Amino acid sequence: MSDIGYLDGKVPTGPIDEKWTSHKFNMKLVNPANKRRYEVIVVGTGLAGASAAASLGELGYNVKVFTFHDSPRRAHSIAAQGGINAAKNYKNDGDSVYRLFYDTVKGGDFRAREGNVYRLAEVSVDIIDQCAGQGVPFAREYSGLLDNRSFGGAQVSRTFYARGQTGQQLLLGAYQALARQIRAGSCTLYNRTEMLDLVVKDGAARGIVVRDLMTGEVTSHSAHAVVLATGGYGNVFYLSTNAKGSNTTATWRAHKRGALYANPCYTQIHPTCIPASDDFQSKLTLMSESLRNDGRIWVPKNPADTRSPDQIPEADRDYYLERRYPAFGNLVPRDVASRNAKTQVDEGRGIGPLKNGVYLDFGDAINRVGAQVIKERYDNLFEMYERITDEDPYKVPMRIYPAVHYTMGGLWVDYNLMSNIPGLYVLGEANFSDHGANRLGASALMQGLADGYFVLPYTIGDYLAGMLGEKPLDTSDPAFKQSEAEISDQVKRLLSLRGKQTVDQLYRKMGVDVVWAKCGMARNEQGLKEAISDIRAIRDEFWSDINITDQSQTMNQSLEKAMRVSDFIDLAELMCKDALHREESCGGHFREEYQTPDGEALRNDDQFAYVGAWEWTGESGQQKLHKEELAFEYVKLAQRSYK
Amino acid sequence: MRITLKVWRQDGPTSPGSFETYDVPGVSPDMSFLEMLDVVNDRLTLDGKRPIVFEHDCREGICGSCGMIINGVPHGPEKGTATCQLHMRKFHDGDQIVVEPWRAAAFPVIRDVAVDRSAFDRIIEAGGYISTPTGAAPDANLTLIPKPVADAAMDAAACIGCGACVAACPNSAAQLFTSAKLAHLNLLPQGQAERWARTEAMVETMEEFFGSCTNHGECREACPKEISIDFIAMMNRDYVKAKRKNRKLLSQIR
Ligand SMILES: Cc1cc2nc3c(=O)[nH]c(=O)nc-3n(C[C@H](O)[C@H](O)[C@H](O)COP(=O)(O)OP(=O)(O)OC[C@H]3O[C@@H](n4cnc5c(N)ncnc54)[C@H](O)[C@@H]3O)c2cc1C
Ligand code: SF4
Ligand code: FES
Repeated sequence: MSDIGYLDGKVPTGPIDEKWTSHKFNMKLVNPANKRRYEVIVVGTGLAGASAAASLGELGYNVKVFTFHDSPRRAHSIAAQGGINAAKNYKNDGDSVYRLFYDTVKGGDFRAREGNVYRLAEVSVDIIDQCAGQGVPFAREYSGLLDNRSFGGAQVSRTFYARGQTGQQLLLGAYQALARQIRAGSCTLYNRTEMLDLVVKDGAARGIVVRDLMTGEVTSHSAHAVVLATGGYGNVFYLSTNAKGSNTTATWRAHKRGALYANPCYTQIHPTCIPASDDFQSKLTLMSESLRNDGRIWVPKNPADTRSPDQIPEADRDYYLERRYPAFGNLVPRDVASRNAKTQVDEGRGIGPLKNGVYLDFGDAINRVGAQVIKERYDNLFEMYERITDEDPYKVPMRIYPAVHYTMGGLWVDYNLMSNIPGLYVLGEANFSDHGANRLGASALMQGLADGYFVLPYTIGDYLAGMLGEKPLDTSDPAFKQSEAEISDQVKRLLSLRGKQTVDQLYRKMGVDVVWAKCGMARNEQGLKEAISDIRAIRDEFWSDINITDQSQTMNQSLEKAMRVSDFIDLAELMCKDALHREESCGGHFREEYQTPDGEALRNDDQFAYVGAWEWTGESGQQKLHKEELAFEYVKLAQRSYK
Repeated sequence: MRITLKVWRQDGPTSPGSFETYDVPGVSPDMSFLEMLDVVNDRLTLDGKRPIVFEHDCREGICGSCGMIINGVPHGPEKGTATCQLHMRKFHDGDQIVVEPWRAAAFPVIRDVAVDRSAFDRIIEAGGYISTPTGAAPDANLTLIPKPVADAAMDAAACIGCGACVAACPNSAAQLFTSAKLAHLNLLPQGQAERWARTEAMVETMEEFFGSCTNHGECREACPKEISIDFIAMMNRDYVKAKRKNRKLLSQIR
């Protein structure tokens, strides 16, 4: 296996603003009549998967679409609130493709590939047109023109939104486009079907093995190419803002078949979530970052201050972000905002019953523009907050605290979004591509849709063109049969476990007590080493001490969860290994040993300006590192400053 | 808090089901309803019993996965709230809480309180889209959309496809769900070209699966997104018009 050697991102040569155009021209095309001779598998129906499947179907390919959800519309993308970036410059405030590119590279703390990011910024404008054309009800001004808001890490207003439900509306747009193709027969949907293995033969991806969640049946599907758009792995922390079902199984199992897992330690902690209330907490709820447009973040200056927030006069409040970062204020990037909140809480100035939050105060904004305008902007978020906490944010400031939200790491892909396994493409949050070590707000929706609507449909043609006349591998091939047998064995083994813990109990212990505690917002060498040995112990416990009482092959949620958790355990170990090896701080990866005197992340560009991509070698924790060196030709390497 | 939970347990689509009763001590008022069920499930597992199957994902009231009938009401007692956003502080110590699946012929029970709602997908596939192949759209600001129109379309588009409207309806009708999608698309300028064909196709597909609407209005009461019943009136008007227009259009090409 180990002849991957030098990792080539395959970024086309030429000036940055011409790369994509010339690449599109240079790629091979599949002629329209031949497209129907190709089978493509798309796993995942979130923004990335649904947009890809619909677009490929429209082009004429035969597409098989898989999701473990009952309907494509339930994918985790549905929950995105705040908005989607695009360099439209409709506001005439100085935005441009180049500025969005620049902001993204800088926001990502110089750990992303310039060529990819530029393309992302370039196609961002087409995404808005595409979605508006589909009927996505973006917010409008009274003129009838599209409205924008600003988001962290940017000084221009380039974020398009549909109330606080942008992800929902974009996903419904993509789902509806997919539904149209299902109706037309170009796409076939396999819902409630979970991919459990990737089949690789003669060095290329040939298909997948899936389990029907309704019947327990394990079957194989072959194709000319496999596209994974299976989302991020934030649930490795147990508590996160991700939907409960989000998991790493598809990407992890592809990793075990040879796909490189890149930068797993780059995880994003979102600054504005509702603090945890008790031990029963099953997930954390995000309050969209767009709230930072109008909300001001503060803590009492005196840690012993027990007055209710409205009784604390201005002079006794510390608006610490505005004080420390006058240029960006409350709109600093996420990693900076999160770390600052952690510092406040760690130093005892946290607020709320558990002293585990900071205030996000709308008092000034309500005085300035009126409660009605605030209601129009954020009503559903305010409602959601009140429902959860029983407190009215129109009257008392919100309590917020950072929570795991997004994972920048993922399967390694080249400029064409192809992994190191030929024929395996990875899109959306599942890949590692465009956000470096930190993602800017409103850029995940942009990336998912860019990948699915505007990148993959071109690049996949270049690969498929070379396979004209080839038939997909027959599913009776031993490669498929062997994988089916392995999965059936795993199911049997899990169902036979009769220990003393539930899967959730162990999962929480790993996620909260180990991964969050030692590989969360701040990491250090000793903690990471401990975490690795803790995780190994947890793995042993998992395979001996959990109990699955539901023995059925029909809808069996305990079994589904156990399989996903078993992969999370292995991923957690790799995450810590990656975090340990990266002896620098950058973006969402903050190593306490590497910081500037005033507590900002301290990168080490000489040694770590590379993508760390790990190769499975047959045993958990024994992955081998491959490096893709990053070159910064356009955005000059510099310490980020938001002062 | 201590509550008594009476839950519908059913092994599979064709197995008979029945209620089982559980004593649940140690409920915190800050728990969400689903977190309470998580606790019950952990206890059942540790007792060697089979946990309750219920669907959920986002736990933020947006994915539409969750949904059960709680004390006779879809999504439970709090208005405009999906099951996952309901908190135990809405109940009292000593309460008995009865939990059942959606009951509708078009939503067969899969297991316990999980049901199959794929009939909704069939309605969308019938025409719940604006055909815009990737790359074909004009600049977004070329189509001006008056703010009130965009807002009304967004109100309709807020539907999460949970199926509570069907569960609440004495006839198991899906009018609120279908009309919400039709209103979203039919209100927008981009949606006009396919308006009449879309309306006819979606309404007729709906009728293949679901019962007929007799204006009880229970759907609106149960809807976690408080989708307006006015959209049903709009759908009915559009359907009558569609019948006429589609016929007229077709007659021109014959
Ligand atoms: C609360 C919240 C708010 C957010 N808000 C914003 C925002 O305002 N702006 C922004 O840009 N980003 C936001 N994000 C991030 C953004 O929503 C996600 O990064 C993005 O939606 C991911 O899309 P995706 O298509 O890659 O994956 P997902 O939407 O996660 O979809 C994954 C799909 O893969 C399927 N799947 C996974 N594994 C398997 C398997 N083994 N077999 C079969 N199917 C499988 C699932 O069924 C699903 O269909 C937010 C995230 C959260 C958590
Ligand atoms: S109309 Fe309301 S109740 Fe019906 S599916 Fe939509 S959100 Fe659920
Ligand atoms: S779990 Fe998503 S709406 Fe309730």
